[in-house]
Amino acid sequence: IHFILLFSRQGKLRLQKWYTTLPEKEKKKIIREIIQIVLSRNQKTSSFVDWKDLKLVYKRYASLYFCCAIEDQDNELLTLEVVHRYVELLDRYFGNVCELDIIFNFEKAYFILDEFIIGGEVQETSKRSAVKAIEDSDMLQE
Amino acid sequence: MSDVVERTLSVLPGLLGQHKPGAGPGDTGGPGRVSASSRLGSLIRSITALTSKHEEEKLIQQELSSLKATVSAPTTTLRLMKECMVRLIYCEMLGYESSFGYIHAIKLAQQGNLLEKRVGYLAVSLFLHENHELLLLLVNTVVKDLQSTNLVEVCMALTIVSQIFPREMIPAVLPLIEDKLQHSKEIIRRKAVQALYKFYLIAPNQVQHIHDKFRKALCDRDAGVMAASLHIYLQMIKENSSGYKDLTGSFVTILKQVVGGKLPVDFNYHSVPAPWLQIQLLRILGLLGKDDPRTSELMYDVLDESLRRAEINHNITYAILFECVHTIYTIHPKTELLEKAAKCIGKFVLSPKINLKYLGLKALTYVIQQDPNLALQHQMTIIECLDHQDPIIKRETLELLYRITNGQNVVVIVQKMLDYLKESKEEYAIINLVGKIAELAEKYAPDNEWFIQTMNAVFSAGGDVVHPDIPNNFLRLLAEGFDDGNEDDQLRMYAVQSYLALLEEEGALYPQKFLQVMSWVLGQYSSLATDVDPEVILTKLHSLLKKAFVTSETKVWIMAAVTKIASRTSCSKTVDKVIQEFSNSLDTSMRQFAFELKHLSEDKALMKNLLPYDASCSDIVVDASLSFLDGFVAEGLGRGAAPYKPHHQRQEEKLSQEKALNFEPYGLSFASSVSSSGITGRQSPTGLSFASDMSGNSAETGHKETNALKLEGVRKLWGKEGYLPKKEKTGKENEPQTVPCGGLLAGEVGDPPPSGPDQAAILSEGDKEKQQLASSLFIGLGSSAGVSLMGKSDTATQKFKRKSKINETQNSEEISDFQSSAALDFDPLLGTAPLNVEDCEENLHTMLRKASLSSSDLVEDTLAFETPQSEKKCGLDDRLPDSRLSQSSLFTDGNIEILQPSPSAQCEGASKTPLVPALPEELELHTHSEVMELCQNDALVLHLCKVWTNDSLLLIVFVSNKTTSALNAVNLVFEEAEHFQILESLTYQFPLIEAQSVEHCQKCVWMEKISAHGIISGSVNYQSEMETCLEFSITLSLLDFIRPMEMTTEDFGKLWLSLSNDVKQNIKMSSSQGSLSEALNTLQQKLKLHIVDIIGNEGILACQLLPSVPCLLHCRTHSGMLALWFRSPCSALPDGLLYQCQKVMEES
Repeated sequence: IHFILLFSRQGKLRLQKWYTTLPEKEKKKIIREIIQIVLSRNQKTSSFVDWKDLKLVYKRYASLYFCCAIEDQDNELLTLEVVHRYVELLDRYFGNVCELDIIFNFEKAYFILDEFIIGGEVQETSKRSAVKAIEDSDMLQE
Repeated sequence: MSDVVERTLSVLPGLLGQHKPGAGPGDTGGPGRVSASSRLGSLIRSITALTSKHEEEKLIQQELSSLKATVSAPTTTLRLMKECMVRLIYCEMLGYESSFGYIHAIKLAQQGNLLEKRVGYLAVSLFLHENHELLLLLVNTVVKDLQSTNLVEVCMALTIVSQIFPREMIPAVLPLIEDKLQHSKEIIRRKAVQALYKFYLIAPNQVQHIHDKFRKALCDRDAGVMAASLHIYLQMIKENSSGYKDLTGSFVTILKQVVGGKLPVDFNYHSVPAPWLQIQLLRILGLLGKDDPRTSELMYDVLDESLRRAEINHNITYAILFECVHTIYTIHPKTELLEKAAKCIGKFVLSPKINLKYLGLKALTYVIQQDPNLALQHQMTIIECLDHQDPIIKRETLELLYRITNGQNVVVIVQKMLDYLKESKEEYAIINLVGKIAELAEKYAPDNEWFIQTMNAVFSAGGDVVHPDIPNNFLRLLAEGFDDGNEDDQLRMYAVQSYLALLEEEGALYPQKFLQVMSWVLGQYSSLATDVDPEVILTKLHSLLKKAFVTSETKVWIMAAVTKIASRTSCSKTVDKVIQEFSNSLDTSMRQFAFELKHLSEDKALMKNLLPYDASCSDIVVDASLSFLDGFVAEGLGRGAAPYKPHHQRQEEKLSQEKALNFEPYGLSFASSVSSSGITGRQSPTGLSFASDMSGNSAETGHKETNALKLEGVRKLWGKEGYLPKKEKTGKENEPQTVPCGGLLAGEVGDPPPSGPDQAAILSEGDKEKQQLASSLFIGLGSSAGVSLMGKSDTATQKFKRKSKINETQNSEEISDFQSSAALDFDPLLGTAPLNVEDCEENLHTMLRKASLSSSDLVEDTLAFETPQSEKKCGLDDRLPDSRLSQSSLFTDGNIEILQPSPSAQCEGASKTPLVPALPEELELHTHSEVMELCQNDALVLHLCKVWTNDSLLLIVFVSNKTTSALNAVNLVFEEAEHFQILESLTYQFPLIEAQSVEHCQKCVWMEKISAHGIISGSVNYQSEMETCLEFSITLSLLDFIRPMEMTTEDFGKLWLSLSNDVKQNIKMSSSQGSLSEALNTLQQKLKLHIVDIIGNEGILACQLLPSVPCLLHCRTHSGMLALWFRSPCSALPDGLLYQCQKVMEES
């Protein structure tokens, strides 16, 4: 996975995580471009888009789009499930997650993402232990 | 959309007011919806409330400045700091620069309590990139946290390490992390493995000593730790699958357990056991079993089981199935499994779900070459997908068709591709598609008409983004023709006609590249169309010239076409008009072309001579020395004109008169002197600059005025855009391999082309019924009735097979290939210490003799460039048997120890390089420089050795692989250098460099423009964990290209008179140099000049600049001064040599 973007239906970026090093300017350009591509897609079309030499895999949950960029030889369906698992994790942590949770607690969303995916690879596939790791540290701080 | 915003807004206050403590998980009451009342909350709210981008910007700037004040205030508490960080992250996400906070993020990570630390780390990972300088400040914090007794702190440190860590500082934390592999908590162990994975990616050789620990992690009792270690293994196996075959059994066992549901339940995902783990394992197995029947044998069972188990109708099972199919088709095939896999693909393809359909197509594309029958089964679906509304499905289908293209179906398929091309707008897709269409068209074109039409479509749709190779290849194809001359002319004529028709259309805009192609073809071949009046063509070209959208580069192409056509017409009004209009054009290159045209049209005979019909493929010998002008110059001198002195020399003389202090002249720019001399002193007749032009359309030469005027080193027989000879060679390189294999395809670089006839044969053997069905289906498509996708199988012969034009070149290249491959074998043999001095000298002398043999006769006839290939060839021929002999004798010794250093040596070897490259033996015979190190990084070291052979300068670049793993596909790329020409191609690829070994490549270099010093730069690319690029530069001096030239005194006298470029200079002799002979000896040794004769206080010397530009030197001593008098056909050469002489004499 090269990067993950979360953005709303209005095209507002909610979360970004890059697993490749790019200059800031480039990132901004990419974000703009991708949001535009994904938002203009028809609902009936597939969840995959060609983009440059990468593939975008996106899925919409309520008003929020989750979008990952992967390489051609990666498994698109699996990436789709990565997104889904991330949403599940968020859901479990926040309890019935909605966009506002992510807006206002985006740092928590980042923590969960970091627990789940590191360096563009899925790391913790056990839902329980991923959430537990976060909760543990939440507890300790109090 | 606006109502959505409104709704969101209306919800916000309610939510914020409620302060719901969170339907947090369980009873912990910990997380949940809090902090909405914080400053971040208010910031977000106020931003949401704004309507314009401008207002938002203002607000954020305000926010940022207040944040800046807060974070830098010493009184700010860490708690507040944490909040500021969160807000900074938010601002950064909205795209505003907040670099002032970076340092505070690091501080926060260092000082804060747990939560603050966590936010600090998070901010660091989001703000900084891998090479950021501030990252170094983090190292200490990480080390401290790794040693902490608090698990959470250790976790955080490990997390940040596996996300972002400076490569140089790995040793500082590595031992700590290794310790963590034994930690009692599995989460710590897992994160430690992740961190090591990261290290493996950024610096593989730093963790090579702990490979056995990875194995331990693989056997860890916790599945999470084991899963984490698989990432490392996947990576390592990708790089070197043969090293891990012994682990196949373990991987199979693990997969069996996973599939059998032996893992803890919380690894299940939608009741599928650990899907990520499964897929990881499947990938590893695929890599291990590739082309290896024995290893594949081990995995058949488990693959079968995976296929069987994955039955639930859910995305994740499909993902696993897809991976399974992929693996099954990658490893050594087993019929049963293949059948099952094919069934699976069927399920995908037929699925109504679009995502699955896409994956099915992708799988089909992958397997189609192995199993074309599968395509037959799914024809209907493929056809449906072809008109699918989702572009990605369409594209994938085209990719599929591209792979099954053969002579029969090419028309339909290309038509489909063109349709898609017209719709797509994204540049990347266009380039990709255009390349494929051009490739197919060239390979399978059924007839001329279709080919030209297709290429027209390619050019007009592809626009100016097409890869420059496409027009180049196309034009070369036209120019070189095929085996049948009649056929060639038909093709050309058709091209001419179609272009004329295209130009007929009023107001049509064509891309520049297309116009260039058109004008070249019209200029070259318009006379084939006998029914068209050249005047008509000229008028069209003329009107194009006046169009505003035509760039000046294209105009030059058009102008060249006009010139060519004009040479074939008796007199033309349009030509006159063109001359008139552009004689005072502001564009200097246009003006020059107009002038040239004017002069040429006044002398028809000369013009005919200059622009013979269809000579684009014949090489032209250019008299670079301009010796034909010598009479003119001599006459001028006879009339008392002063000999020409280049600009810088005049300046130098002035300077030397003025002051005594500065002995060393400032860096000279010979290049500028060349052009100035070209313009002022030796105005060439206009026709001459055309000499290069008539062959190819050298738009570029015309483009730069100086280039067009001067002819020094006119190796540019072809323009930059057109066919540089070396480009041609690179194209040819592939040909020997591809043409013999059945004449299927002309050597085109690119994807492995599908084997058309074979496929067709397979198709025809089986299912006749299906064929009928297929053909009827494709008639239904309507584009062309007779042709079907799976049509009859007659052999699709390669229509456009290129004639191998430069056999000579090819041969010599093959030889050199062989030679270099032979040389490669010598590499590991160390211990070729530099020859001792005596040897060297002996060598030098033999070389001198050889050089004189080969060069003296050349000099006597014309001073033209001889074809270097032939010379090189015979040289190589001579050497060949030797190298063979020595190769075999060396092999018997079989000294391979160096290849496998002991493990301990490997670890130590990081700093000192045990790899000392040695010159191949046959090159040792020549004089050469010492092997110098060019550059290095932690994987590669580059060494350089210059070898001064008789006829060229060879640069031997040694690439040593320091790592313990082999490197694949290492590319050496030289950049175009201003002063030098690298023969053959600029690139060189090492397909494989074994661990701890040295490979080398040799490049022959000529000096194109004379200059005292020059730099050739280049880079080495290779694929390790990421694309890595190592840059280097090589300094070459004029002396590298100077060789002695042996001749008799009489020859010297004759040549002296025939040369006209004079440079005279007096230089002081130091006392140590005493006599003339000593001074001359210095010159002989240092500058490689040849002493022809010494008579009294006069001496004559001769040398040549490679390939064969002579320079003669006459020396006379008088009263402690040495009077040097150079003569050479090349104006810049004496100056260059003079400079070197001065330097040498001062030094000694």
